[in-house]
Amino acid sequence: MPRRDDLKRILILGSGPIVIGQAAEFDYSGAQACRVLAAEGYEVILVNSNPATIMTDPDFATATYIEPLLPGPVTQVIERERPDALLATLGGQTALNLASTLSADGTLDRFGVELIGASADAIRRAEDRELFRETMVSAGLRVPRSMIASSVAEGEAALSEIGLPAIVRPAFTLGGQGGGIARTRAEYEQIVAGGLAASPIGQVLIEESVLGWGEFELEVMRDRADNAVIVCSIENVDPMGVHTGDSVTVAPQQSLSDAVYQELRDQAIAVIRAIGVETGGSNVQFAVNPTTHEIVVIEMNPRVSRSSALASKATGFPIAKIAARLAVGYTLEEIPNDITLATPASFEPTIDYVVVKWPRFAFEKFAGAEPVLTTHMKSVGEAMAIGRTFAQAFVKAMRSRELDVSPEVDLPVEELLSRAQRPGASRYDEILEALRRGASVEELHERTAIDPWFLAEFAEIARDPDSTFRGVRTFKAVDTCAAEFAASTPYFYSGWERPGQDGKPTHEAARGERAIVILGSGPNRIGQGIEFDYCCVHAAQAVRATGREAVMINCNPETVSTDYDTSDRLYFEPLTLEDVLGVIELEQPEGVIVQFGGQTPLRLAAGLEQAGVKLLGTGVDAIDAAEDRGRFGALLAASGCKAAPFATAQSIPDALREAERVGFPLLVRPSYVLGGRAMEIVYSTEALADYLERSTAGADGREIYLDRFLENAIEVDVDALCDGTEVWVAGIMQHVEEAGIHSGDSACVLPPHSLGGPMLARICEQTSQIALSLGVIGLINIQFAVVGGDELFVIEANPRASRTVPFVSKAIGFPLAKLACRIMLGERIAELGLPADPMRGTHVCVKEAVMPFNRFLGADSLLGPEMRSTGEVMGIAVDFPTAFAKAQAAAGSALPDTGTAFITVTDGDKPAGAGLAAQLHDLDFRIVATRGTAQAIERMGIPVTVLNKVGEGSPHVVDWIARGDVDLVINTPTGSGARSDGWEIRRAAHTRGIPAITTLSGGQAAIRAIRSARGGEPSVISLQELHRGR
Amino acid sequence: MSFVYLEDGARFDGVACGAAGAAVGEVVFNTGMSGYQESITDPSYARQLLTFTYPHIGNYGVSEAAMESSAVHARGAIMRAARNGRHCAGAESGWLDWLAGRGVVAITDLDTRALVRHIREAGSMRGGIFPAEVSEQRARELIAAEPSMNGRDLAQEVSPAEAFTLEPTGAGGGDGPTIAVIDTGIKSSIASNLRARGARLRVYPCTVSAAEILDGEPDGVFIANGPGDPAALAYIVEELRSLVGRLPVFGICLGHQLLCRAVGLETYKLRFGHRGANHPVKDLETGRVEITSQNHGFAVLGPAGERTLDVDEPVRWETDFGVAELTHINLYDHTVEGLRLPEAGASTVQYHPEAGPGPHDALHLFDRFIGELSRARAGI
Repeated sequence: MPRRDDLKRILILGSGPIVIGQAAEFDYSGAQACRVLAAEGYEVILVNSNPATIMTDPDFATATYIEPLLPGPVTQVIERERPDALLATLGGQTALNLASTLSADGTLDRFGVELIGASADAIRRAEDRELFRETMVSAGLRVPRSMIASSVAEGEAALSEIGLPAIVRPAFTLGGQGGGIARTRAEYEQIVAGGLAASPIGQVLIEESVLGWGEFELEVMRDRADNAVIVCSIENVDPMGVHTGDSVTVAPQQSLSDAVYQELRDQAIAVIRAIGVETGGSNVQFAVNPTTHEIVVIEMNPRVSRSSALASKATGFPIAKIAARLAVGYTLEEIPNDITLATPASFEPTIDYVVVKWPRFAFEKFAGAEPVLTTHMKSVGEAMAIGRTFAQAFVKAMRSRELDVSPEVDLPVEELLSRAQRPGASRYDEILEALRRGASVEELHERTAIDPWFLAEFAEIARDPDSTFRGVRTFKAVDTCAAEFAASTPYFYSGWERPGQDGKPTHEAARGERAIVILGSGPNRIGQGIEFDYCCVHAAQAVRATGREAVMINCNPETVSTDYDTSDRLYFEPLTLEDVLGVIELEQPEGVIVQFGGQTPLRLAAGLEQAGVKLLGTGVDAIDAAEDRGRFGALLAASGCKAAPFATAQSIPDALREAERVGFPLLVRPSYVLGGRAMEIVYSTEALADYLERSTAGADGREIYLDRFLENAIEVDVDALCDGTEVWVAGIMQHVEEAGIHSGDSACVLPPHSLGGPMLARICEQTSQIALSLGVIGLINIQFAVVGGDELFVIEANPRASRTVPFVSKAIGFPLAKLACRIMLGERIAELGLPADPMRGTHVCVKEAVMPFNRFLGADSLLGPEMRSTGEVMGIAVDFPTAFAKAQAAAGSALPDTGTAFITVTDGDKPAGAGLAAQLHDLDFRIVATRGTAQAIERMGIPVTVLNKVGEGSPHVVDWIARGDVDLVINTPTGSGARSDGWEIRRAAHTRGIPAITTLSGGQAAIRAIRSARGGEPSVISLQELHRGR
Repeated sequence: MSFVYLEDGARFDGVACGAAGAAVGEVVFNTGMSGYQESITDPSYARQLLTFTYPHIGNYGVSEAAMESSAVHARGAIMRAARNGRHCAGAESGWLDWLAGRGVVAITDLDTRALVRHIREAGSMRGGIFPAEVSEQRARELIAAEPSMNGRDLAQEVSPAEAFTLEPTGAGGGDGPTIAVIDTGIKSSIASNLRARGARLRVYPCTVSAAEILDGEPDGVFIANGPGDPAALAYIVEELRSLVGRLPVFGICLGHQLLCRAVGLETYKLRFGHRGANHPVKDLETGRVEITSQNHGFAVLGPAGERTLDVDEPVRWETDFGVAELTHINLYDHTVEGLRLPEAGASTVQYHPEAGPGPHDALHLFDRFIGELSRARAGI
């Protein structure tokens, strides 16, 4: 069955911002789909609100809309573009839910759009808990005993049927959000209530517990001719009870016999047929009783998923690419296997190595949240490693985590065992240490229910760490077929093997021609996300365009950079100096690029240079000159730029002494960190002393940075290119929130909405001076603060790709990272054909951060100098308020049209807070406030209802929010930390999904946005229209 | 320490495991990721050294239920990272203990991928697993003493000495068909699949005559899988020619090759064979693709002597038994995977629908065969 000719235009939905449970894997899958469908001659229309994606690069689609993934904007896109079909199975749960809505509300029928990949019925059968259960039972498959509850009362009734422990899963949520395991009655009641609120359809599934059973996933693909294949089996090392996204997982499965595995295979195929996914990939999850081998089906995703991205990287079988082809009518047999070229995709990959995936956590960023793993996913990223044995893969994955702080394992064995029993972020560090100190496999199995096969492997790793890496580093190929056929795709990993007969390693990779090695950014984490992967992919594209060979090293399976199509050779390796040098020794590259992968490759720069490796672009000395406080201060002074007073302290007493000289308030942090890790603003010596005691700053000989904090300053971010003699300012972004909020968490607008021409000119001038003085070759990002309208301070300079590069690139229509790479390879700015004022245009672009507070309910959601956002969205419109409103909607905190606004602000903010109240009143909002704020509002003559603070008794403000009687919260901090009123208010708002704005400027922007939204739904525009002619 | 030595002088070092001593045979590789015990007890691996491409072998131990025959037939096992665990529920022994107990020589910690790449390029060849103290010169001599697989009749080595009967285990209430099995090395999974569908099996040594089979008045004939070169089994082919057309026939693997020879096709040795659990086979009649379990070193040539078929429909030609159809092809290399003689009521497949180990996609072939026999019995 060849491709369908009745389709011409296909709409693809992306997955939106990176959030926990839905990350870069959907850029990988979506980008593949766009590329394949375009190559098949279809016109692709794409909607995705996330500018930091490769798929939203304008050359990936005929029309690219960076618009909110909501029914309104997408309907407008459909109306304008009139696609014939909608492919929603590659954009995660977001795309699937949106497609269901557009199907249910008749939009797709109205415009004659066919849902391809999975039908609305199939989606419903997979996603609706009750329907799923019925479908499985009628297919003869066993599911855990379960009951559906749509109310607290139904939840009560279910308890007597199911018993404890029970698992609560809300319907239609990402990564099990809002669910959990209840072991006690009290936990049960709490989780059921939370789950009902989290589910968009107010429904939870209450399930028989299969805790401790083995957890397995099979990736299955099916074509129009009903042929089905299993791409990969994945076994969770953590048994049932830990979300698969938070589990260490291994491919292929290790512990099941062929007989049991084949039973899983049969069931996985039965599931995809029963659900009725006609074409494409699905993920089926099973629990297997370790004693009886009884199998129950847990769930299935009728779409490409995080696990399918992992399976693709683990086997070399590109699931998304093939799913896209199947959706337009091909059969598996008609699609060639990319890697062998000689064989078709209608086969099952077989591998001759072991793959381990390890989650990356960020609990340290969310003080107050319980660092315990449950069925509710909490990891922010993942690393994958490939080895010839399980131990090789496991240890490589472990070192790919790039932890900032080593896990605490210097504990008594009993303490280690009890920690391992309650799964947390450091579970395996604890298990290895316990084994090292003599704990037995039996003991650990008793505590953790982890399969003894894995524990025996851990025991060997613990007992003799060297045994894992005996032999020589040997680069082997990932080829889908265990070497049965010759592979043409250069995808490699290192294993440790005996040398060949000639005494040399039996490498399957060989040095290429004019290779340039690009170092990736490793596992996603807060502060280092998909933006850097975007830059690395652009670097690979730029390198290839010059006729050189791009060689990628990275260990993040979610990414486009680890798609073997991205580079000429891909090495799936940890980003440690030793592993990277291993590749370099074989490749003998012309140069290595460390500028695009965030802090990860920068940390290796000095070591690489010492090893005699040629780094391209900005040199190690310039990086040091920008990072070293003293050197950078001197450079600023020499360039006539101003910096806020600062000091670098070597010890705690030193810091306390220096603080007096710098003056308060001040910003304090440890040196060399990304994402404002452990950064705080302190207003007094006492507060500073407290910080120094709490944090690890000053420990292990690291320096402590002190900077005067500029209050009420406007923060500005600049991205620029420099070739050593010329500087090109690509974008100036004004932060919406005041200085003091980490730039990664602040909304920003391009071009700046309230800075005048002369100030912008000064910013450009200082950017040039700094870039030239540092000797930047490539990208530089500089943060400035504008104080009192005309004073300009330099906050910091980073001579590398910044988090804002993709946003700026999309806003101005020039691919910054690619241009930077060309400069690093020797081109001059003058040769690049760039306009003098790239920001000139009719549109305003707003970037908004997306916060994961709904995952960490104990943590305070107050914004501060430490970055905590996981992703970003972009709003594009003709004016700032509309662009801001779009960005808010895209970020999932759509502003209310009208309703009740609750305002509580600090004393200093009361006049301005009352001003906001007046504006909201004029917009017909009902105003409620706590007593002090209410008095200020009343003085403006605005009617206001006074609410009790939490301490003043019920009904208090949190009760109001929890009841759903508040639609908008404006709350500037009167105190942070657990159990303060502000904390309770923000927590309640996040639980209800109500926007909670914590800065006055944010409040002002929100009000302008609400006003502009009264003018009707903003129109949509594609990047191709926006940048026509570029 | 020990090493694998090949007849072309290639050497791969490793660590001895399993039983002590040396073993020689044809070195082949299987790409399946599970099912090691099923494979090594499959009689088709007789006189072969079996290389497992998946690194960890032995993870879930061994059990009686996974036996494909009563003995280990491969001469030795070559592995990357063998395991001896027996924690898995149902494991009756550790894999390495079991190999040692059964006197099977094995080697681990060997770069199996390098070995497989060598065989892929150079073709399967004779070789041996030798203790480190054996000299390469001595290894060469031992290998040279082992006859080549070409032209070898190994079926008689694995065939039973005398006929015996296996009663049905499943549905049918004793009313199912009786099938005469020409046992050239039948796997337990095949027998159990037939018996579970109500069939009673009369299992004969491979030297059985057509007359003897016909005397038993069976409802159909099954020709089994087995080791060695089908070209060396002319005596079976001869008897088959007397049976085809008189009784419905079904065959698997070697049985397929023999039926093909009976209708005049030739067989040849593949460069390194098909051994694994992931080979796609297309049914040219229905267009469906099945993922199959495979274990064969020889294959069938098309009616014009072609090694590969680039077709979308069955290849038809006239034979002594009426029209013949090549019904299946391997999508990896387009070699022949199935034959059907519609007028004679015979059909065979090159792959292993019984799995053991491998996927169950083709189990329906047993339903089809038993269904045909049952209908014939009932006179429908």
